Amino acid sequence: MYKALRYIVILALIGVGVFWVVTRPAQVDAAQVAQLSTDAARGETVFWAAGCAACHAAPGAEDEERRVLSGGMAFPSPFGTFHAPNISPDPDHGIGGWSVADLASAMLHGTAPDGAHYYPAFPYASYARATLDDVGDLHAYLMTLPASDTPSRPHDVGFPFNIRRSLGGWKWLFAHDDWIVPVTGETLERGRYLVEALGHCGECHTPRNALGGLDYGRWLQGAPSPDGKGRVPAITPDKLDWSERDIAAYLSTGFTPEYDVAGGHMTEVVKNLAHLPEDDLSAIAAYLKAVPPGS
Amino acid sequence: MMKTFTGLTALVLAGAVATTTLAQDDAAIKAAVDARQAHMSLFAFNIGLLGGMAKGEIDYDADAASAAAGNLAALARVDQSRYWPQGSSTLDLDAEQTAALPDIWDEGSDIGAKAMALVESTTAMEAAAGNGLDALRGAIGAVGSSCGDCHKAYRQPNN
Repeated sequence: MYKALRYIVILALIGVGVFWVVTRPAQVDAAQVAQLSTDAARGETVFWAAGCAACHAAPGAEDEERRVLSGGMAFPSPFGTFHAPNISPDPDHGIGGWSVADLASAMLHGTAPDGAHYYPAFPYASYARATLDDVGDLHAYLMTLPASDTPSRPHDVGFPFNIRRSLGGWKWLFAHDDWIVPVTGETLERGRYLVEALGHCGECHTPRNALGGLDYGRWLQGAPSPDGKGRVPAITPDKLDWSERDIAAYLSTGFTPEYDVAGGHMTEVVKNLAHLPEDDLSAIAAYLKAVPPGS
Repeated sequence: MMKTFTGLTALVLAGAVATTTLAQDDAAIKAAVDARQAHMSLFAFNIGLLGGMAKGEIDYDADAASAAAGNLAALARVDQSRYWPQGSSTLDLDAEQTAALPDIWDEGSDIGAKAMALVESTTAMEAAAGNGLDALRGAIGAVGSSCGDCHKAYRQPNN
């Protein structure tokens, strides 16, 4: 009897230990980013490719206001409503005090400077594939943007999803930095980088499982809209049968081949991608043609 | 007896008038919906030429581009008040008939500002389209985004 109890205690301790290790937040340390170039001009391309403004600009912001990353947009989901925080360079309400390593920990590992896990509404499961060079450049660019002293609004998330430590388990199960589609060649690899890493297209276009993890086996095969209204369409080559040229034109203007326009959140995505060089948009189009067709 | 007959006639007549009024309302609503959808087709038709040139599918021609862009700017300025009668939203009509969300008519609707944004972007396109392909390409994104902003806010997604 005493022996059995001892086993249970030992097993429980192992369980706690495993939980502790698995859910431990990962961070990038300063030494890893010490040698990075930090070029704000290159960072602007990263900024538009990563779509930061689509979520972190104030709701309804237009044109130049989209560079003021005061946050505030709400993202309803089955787990609660997330509110995009202020990531302007304000030292108190934004990320003005962040180092390059802080930004890299946030984007690549979903870890805040104080070690807390971020919710995956912030698409670090995609940004995990970004290069440290791009993060360094992006940091330089973000620090050139206007500061805003709008306080960030807390997320509205109920039990058990409000236990941040458990997000470590979510990351362990669902977030990784492996490429999803095997491709070779400079254009396709650039397209893959833009889609799978910075552009985080899969976050909306790929279905999720019951725990909110991306179903990589159905990559870009379309999904219910996270706000519960309508569907995000499949963009695998069997479904999106537009020419590469049509796809690239759509991504820069929002016009479909029939000259209808993008709707929903894609309107914001197009406003970001319109800032990318044409070669990048063509690379995205080429990559989308190389994605496995839907099942 | 006579009195009852008169009363019945009056009722029937009143009913007939009411039915006719309803039918007229339905026809008026349908005509307005048809008109606004036709107007959208005219936008698409003219943008189609500019978009085709921007994509490199149609050879650039300054006169043709200017004409299409002029049409767009003129279309954007058309008074549309009669296109959007009360009772012609997705709440009132079937999904096949309209995608116009009721928010258009809500207090606080900024559809007027959205329409102005379209006037601005198409006016800029009118000025740019005849000045070479690069100028045309530089102006088309803003046209797309003014279309998209309004559709995002006020059009029912079609899936």
